[in-house]
Amino acid sequence: MEPASRLDHNHRLSLKEFPYIIRWRDDRCKRCGRCTAVCPVKAIEATVKVQRTIRSDGPLPQPSASRSTVQVVEQVTNMERYCTGCAACALVCPNEAIEPEFNPSNKLLHYKNKGGDGYKRGGRRNDPSISTLDRLKFTRISMLTDPALDAGRHEFRVRTLLGRVLSPEDMPVAVANGMLKTDPKSNVFIPPVREIYPIMIGSMSIGALSPPMWEGLAMGVAYLNEVEGMPVVMCSGEGGMSPRLLRSRYLKYFIIQIASGYFGWDEIIHALPHMVEDPAAIEIKYGQGAKPGDGGLLMAQKVLKLISKIRGVPQFVDLASPPTHQTQYSIEESVAKMILSMSMAWGFRVPVYPKISGSKTAQAVLNNLARNQYAAALSIDGEDGGTGAAYNVSMDKMGHPIASNLRDCYLDLVKQGKQNELPLIAAGGVGKKGNLAANAAALILLGASAVSIGKYIMQTASDCFGDENNRCNICNTGQCPRGITTQDPRLYRRLDSDKVAERVVEVFKAADTELKKIFAPMGRSTELPIGMSDGLSIDDEAMAKRLGISYAC
Amino acid sequence: MCRLAAITSKDYISPMEPIFALETMKEGHDGSGLGLTLKDLGGEFLKLKKYPVLSGICSKDGKKTLDDFMKRQGFTLKHEWRPKIRPVRGIVAKDHYFARAYDYPASFRNKPMAEKEDLLMNARLSLRKLGESDQSIFAFSFYPDVITLKEVGDPLETAEFFGLDKDTLSARIVLAQGRQNTNYAIYLYACHPFFIQGYCSMTNGENTAFVPIREFLSGRGCPGYMGYNSDSEVFTHILHYSVRQLGFPLHYYKDVITPLKAAEIDKRPDGDAIRMIKQSLRPLCIDGPNMVIGFTPDGTCFMVQDSKKLRPGVVGGVKGRYALMAEECGVDRAVSKRDRSKDIFPMKYDMVIISPQAQEVKVWNQLHG
Repeated sequence: MEPASRLDHNHRLSLKEFPYIIRWRDDRCKRCGRCTAVCPVKAIEATVKVQRTIRSDGPLPQPSASRSTVQVVEQVTNMERYCTGCAACALVCPNEAIEPEFNPSNKLLHYKNKGGDGYKRGGRRNDPSISTLDRLKFTRISMLTDPALDAGRHEFRVRTLLGRVLSPEDMPVAVANGMLKTDPKSNVFIPPVREIYPIMIGSMSIGALSPPMWEGLAMGVAYLNEVEGMPVVMCSGEGGMSPRLLRSRYLKYFIIQIASGYFGWDEIIHALPHMVEDPAAIEIKYGQGAKPGDGGLLMAQKVLKLISKIRGVPQFVDLASPPTHQTQYSIEESVAKMILSMSMAWGFRVPVYPKISGSKTAQAVLNNLARNQYAAALSIDGEDGGTGAAYNVSMDKMGHPIASNLRDCYLDLVKQGKQNELPLIAAGGVGKKGNLAANAAALILLGASAVSIGKYIMQTASDCFGDENNRCNICNTGQCPRGITTQDPRLYRRLDSDKVAERVVEVFKAADTELKKIFAPMGRSTELPIGMSDGLSIDDEAMAKRLGISYAC
Repeated sequence: MCRLAAITSKDYISPMEPIFALETMKEGHDGSGLGLTLKDLGGEFLKLKKYPVLSGICSKDGKKTLDDFMKRQGFTLKHEWRPKIRPVRGIVAKDHYFARAYDYPASFRNKPMAEKEDLLMNARLSLRKLGESDQSIFAFSFYPDVITLKEVGDPLETAEFFGLDKDTLSARIVLAQGRQNTNYAIYLYACHPFFIQGYCSMTNGENTAFVPIREFLSGRGCPGYMGYNSDSEVFTHILHYSVRQLGFPLHYYKDVITPLKAAEIDKRPDGDAIRMIKQSLRPLCIDGPNMVIGFTPDGTCFMVQDSKKLRPGVVGGVKGRYALMAEECGVDRAVSKRDRSKDIFPMKYDMVIISPQAQEVKVWNQLHG
């Protein structure tokens, strides 16, 4: 006969099913309650237990049992409140009495679909293995055959172009008195081009990010431009920008994104006549590497007063951006029209380019854009890109790695002789393991004109807990324990925007030094070594063949 | 690092002269090859200036293929120069070394020069393709008033092998390169100087931006932009592309290969144009370390450096005879009687341009335009 108590527990999950198991030490805990208060998902709770103690005090064994009530911290076994491993508890514990431990044999995905809805989260693809980008090595070092450059002494120009570049055959120049002059009467359209730093900050919206987080990034970018002389640009993400920023001279450091929900564009259009500077560019978002073919979602709990004002929507409603632009009928027609509309809004003074998620179809898009003289670039976001909210299945299983996607596109442009005309911006997993400069340089050598970073800079500038073991990754809930992806003032007050800005500056300055440390030994300092694929090797023959680079082991 | 020696002169000179200059720089090359390009020919070619000269090497079988091809194309042989080969230890003689002057096919005789140039280039490329796999034909240049000779070996010994010391072959411009074989296997198509449609250059140093430049040139739709057995071949093609294809005055070659910084461009009177050039020709920016010596179809010679000036180069001489050398000792050998204080060591913004027949030397400064 089965004991009744066992049957009673049969409906409950054991802790072994959970991705993180709380290690709590009774002997260290002083029961201050900070851990249970800080836990963003209420995965731990203070509770009481009856403790039965057997004692034998005399010289002979005379055991006696006593019962007492003790206070403990216990992990709940409800999958809706699973411990995300963020370790905010460990951070606040004064006695190091508590910490979560990763459980590699967890079954989170078996159970995280209660109510018939799939598991949603933030973060990026949960794959902690070494990515292709991190396997690429720079193997062409100028040695005795020629002197390498000195990263600390030589002058470096780590700059790139954002915008459609005229083909040399189309340049409206003519010789007059032995000198080349541009022809002012020429009918050739000269597209706007910006000289920027080759690492851009990718699109993360106000809304997805908390006000101090977005402000911190923006302040960091302004500082880099105005004080450090580094022309770093940042994309707004979908969700508009603060009206004051739109009317400020700092707008030139920002790329304004338009996506399928058009959030924030009412405010932007109204600000147009008052703009004192043009934005760096306009990005039309067609896809996102983390969730290809899926739309955006800002959940109702994040739509507070500020967000509703900037986005021009009521408070506390779910803001869903459709998976595709509703006006989009075909790439030939509607994308071209959208590029033209945006170009026209700023008098053709601003580069306009689309961003797509990494896909086998990227080349089809590319070739269409290559024939469109108003398309300023193509941004491709690989599968390792991050997001504030998406279905886990989209993040983990959808999308294309950036390395071969970018390489195919670059080589396609090479075949057409247009690799300098349409800049490729690569994103998705740049700096995933912290190797920002190396990943950026590898993509540049594979053919990227610039790289875009989102998740990396967000994490690095604000000490985000998330990782590829699915740690934390609750950006979608508005409960971010660091105050990064929340609109709850109680949470985002934890984040100091000045410190975020400081970190942004530090990260870019360090990356700049590291980029020079990579380019100098390869003998490159004057122009960015875009497509210098002879500088790269990889320790896998199939990958080497696929990327058209050498195999080294 | 290769050593380079060029002489431009109003008088016809023997190709031995720059080779002797190369000899003075012997410490700097390992004798793995000699390349020679002669322009504005004298001697037996003096009266053949309007006829294109095909320079190359072929085997016995290759000769038959070549003759058949040229006949089929409608070229008629006017004159042939062949070196009087003297056996030299270490140099394996091939069957035929030649410089042949042809008359154009009848249908091309009255065509504009640009069309003739395309015909000649395509014929050279076809011959290269016909003989490259079995190395039965090497075609180095096919152009009026230009001869190219290349062989693997020590420059002086190679000159002896070709019997140049006793030959009447002469020219007003001679470019000579003593090869230092560094990165690639010894292959005659990898040997400087490189030539395309009247434009010729040779380079020392290593071109670190080779692959992006090669890929950019290959996409320009010019069939002559091929080969690239040496990373230095792109310098000749950039010259050809900038000056012939895009129609830029010669000094813009400097702006193409070593573009100025934005603030420097703003100060140039032609700033708008070179800003556009810098963007549109961005992949052609060389990063050095390189020094380039070359000539254009009108007989202008030049020397130019990468923007970090990581390779030596010096120009010196007197009116009517100038030497463009990798080292000062080469200039001493080529033009011993000159005012050495007037020797020019072009710096990172300079381009030394010598007019045809060495009449005038100009140092064009990129900063001032």
